[in-house]
Amino acid sequence: MTALLPARSAKSSNKSRRISPLGLFEALATPHGVDRYLELVNPMLTVRELRAEVTAVYRSTADSVTLTLRPTRQWKGFEAGQFVNVTVVIDGVRRTRCYSPSCSQHRADGQIEITIKKHPEGIVSNYLHANAAPGLVVQLSQADGVFKLPTARPERLLLISGGSGITPVLSMLRTLADEGHRGEVVFLHYTNTAADVALRAEVEKLAGGNVRVEFVHTESGDSALTGFFGASHLEAVAPWVAEAQTYLCGPLALMRSVREHFDHAGLTDRLHLEEFQPAPVIVDDGTPTGTIAFGETTATNSGETLLEQAENAGLTPEFGCRMGICFSCTQIKTSGCTRNIRTGELNSDPDTEIQLCINVPVGDVSIEL
Amino acid sequence: MTVTLTKTQIDELGRELDELKMRVIDDLGQDDLDYIYKVIKAQRGLEIGGRASLYLGFLPPFWLLGTAALGLSKILDNMEIGHNVMHGQYDWTRDPALNSKRFEWDTACPSDQWRHSHNYMHHTFTNIIDKDRDIGYGILRMDESQKWNPYYLGNPAWAFMLMTFFQYGVALHDLETENVISGKRKMSENKELLAGIRRKVGRQTLKDYVLFPALTGPLFLSTLAANATANLIRNVWAYSIIFCGHFPSGVATFTKEETENESRGEWYIRQMMGSANITGGKLFHILSGNLSHQIEHHLFPDIPARRYPQIAPEVRAICEKYGLPYNSGRFSRQIGSTWAKIFRLALPNRDSAERPPAVTVVDDALVAA
Repeated sequence: MTALLPARSAKSSNKSRRISPLGLFEALATPHGVDRYLELVNPMLTVRELRAEVTAVYRSTADSVTLTLRPTRQWKGFEAGQFVNVTVVIDGVRRTRCYSPSCSQHRADGQIEITIKKHPEGIVSNYLHANAAPGLVVQLSQADGVFKLPTARPERLLLISGGSGITPVLSMLRTLADEGHRGEVVFLHYTNTAADVALRAEVEKLAGGNVRVEFVHTESGDSALTGFFGASHLEAVAPWVAEAQTYLCGPLALMRSVREHFDHAGLTDRLHLEEFQPAPVIVDDGTPTGTIAFGETTATNSGETLLEQAENAGLTPEFGCRMGICFSCTQIKTSGCTRNIRTGELNSDPDTEIQLCINVPVGDVSIEL
Repeated sequence: MTVTLTKTQIDELGRELDELKMRVIDDLGQDDLDYIYKVIKAQRGLEIGGRASLYLGFLPPFWLLGTAALGLSKILDNMEIGHNVMHGQYDWTRDPALNSKRFEWDTACPSDQWRHSHNYMHHTFTNIIDKDRDIGYGILRMDESQKWNPYYLGNPAWAFMLMTFFQYGVALHDLETENVISGKRKMSENKELLAGIRRKVGRQTLKDYVLFPALTGPLFLSTLAANATANLIRNVWAYSIIFCGHFPSGVATFTKEETENESRGEWYIRQMMGSANITGGKLFHILSGNLSHQIEHHLFPDIPARRYPQIAPEVRAICEKYGLPYNSGRFSRQIGSTWAKIFRLALPNRDSAERPPAVTVVDDALVAA
């Protein structure tokens, strides 16, 4: 559910401005823009920005929280399996995470549902778990991602998930149900124990007829199928897997073993997956490691500041004071961890702005240049 | 006056100020975000209220009220909000509306050009003769070491014009016209800058001098006059606060030779000795964008300005500890002394321009001996 760096679909962002009646208001509101005025009256009243209001909060397990969100009118909808970025303000700082909606893409009221699992170190998941309440307004992105069902729905489908990876495949299951899909669908979900299954009741509601739901509790073992994923599980629930399309989302270990099985069986092209995992633990012992990507140019991390490394790689990024005060060299770090040499602060959030002159890479880092 | 310090003392001073900054950074949070949004709300409220009052501009009290509210709105927008946001003081919030690279202010100068001439050039090379173009802004004689010529007989007149048309003076600042005239810079280098200025001035003019006056129909001229007066109020105020920051008597300037290979401590000392504070009440500080704490601002241009009054006693104590001047005075005194300098420097120096350096650095060994 918290896919950190999912594959983005190759949509071209079309930002060309059209002349509209809004033009006059924008000209009057220059230089700030209309939304900057409207948000002071009501944050859900926007002209350009996409936001969403939490309308319901539901906790189906001890460590997860399910939010129903009502997006502003800019929302273009999503396809089952895709993800959205949700941004919340925590102690003054905006934090963005991606979540796959778990509801049907055909949901009648146009609202979306996301489920957030609490991670011990997760700033956003802990915050939302403790504080999310109806009325909270968050920033939302349009849906993105290539993990989705083909428009011509496959006849037979196997949906495999583990832990919080349930959300995108549950969305697929719910979407198929709304479409009156007649083909066979198997929903195979792995958790440690029965108590860990988020949205269990919601999934069970859909079982029956052509839909088979199978929960596997790998730790407690009190389920029909036991143990980790293996060929026997597939034979038991989907012996027809070679003629089906399989959609998979879950922790790395599950993904790896499913992928290996499909590769061996020669079914690689029938397996579609969404990788997700919590942010990797950062080890910063001061020894420079990793590769730095400045756009197309790459360099081996020398331990110097990103500005120096970019210049040594033959690039000429904008800079000013070279001491962290003027913000001329600010660029977007798309991925990786950096350390601020003035404050010692580590930053491993993707798509955040950093000052090149006072940040050193810790491991692999990608900078938009 | 000359301050004598040992290298060890200077390093110690640098460390103390670094620690002070770290303490503030560690403490940043929701309060700082709430504060700036409160100011933004007040500014947008004054702006809308002011523009609305001008529909009754045929009644003198409403014209005055509307004009004053709009003037205040522009002052808040430019100083406590714009100047400070563009310094990167709120970049840590990751709020796109408070982002130093994206923020645009309600004045003629395009924000990207301001960031170059101000954040980088002025704040890095503060008060270094021939490097800091804010010493006289290329048109005034504000320091004895600037060579006199008959053009400077007009010093008070040029200063008065700069005050009246301050927003346009600021807009043209990054063009370095004085260097174009002296042949150090080619006019062709200004092509892009000029295009940016034309665009921004165009939008501002359309808004203040065409659209809003037109929207008041028969009151076109009354509203136009009100908007022009509001811009004038902001111009005079911003000019006065800014001139009080570096030009009152007692503020030190530095030579390129003195500031070569500066240590961090020496950089801090230059910032403190090259700036002056203005005393006043809370509202005065807010309307000055907290530039009434110019000394604290120059030490830490990138921490939220509302923190400057909080740390001022500590900065003052550090100055006292090391025998450094802490230039602070009433507004009337600082602005009076600034205008006195403008008049005095219209004429050639009466005594030799030779002056002792502001700081003398001695070896620890010499002091110990």
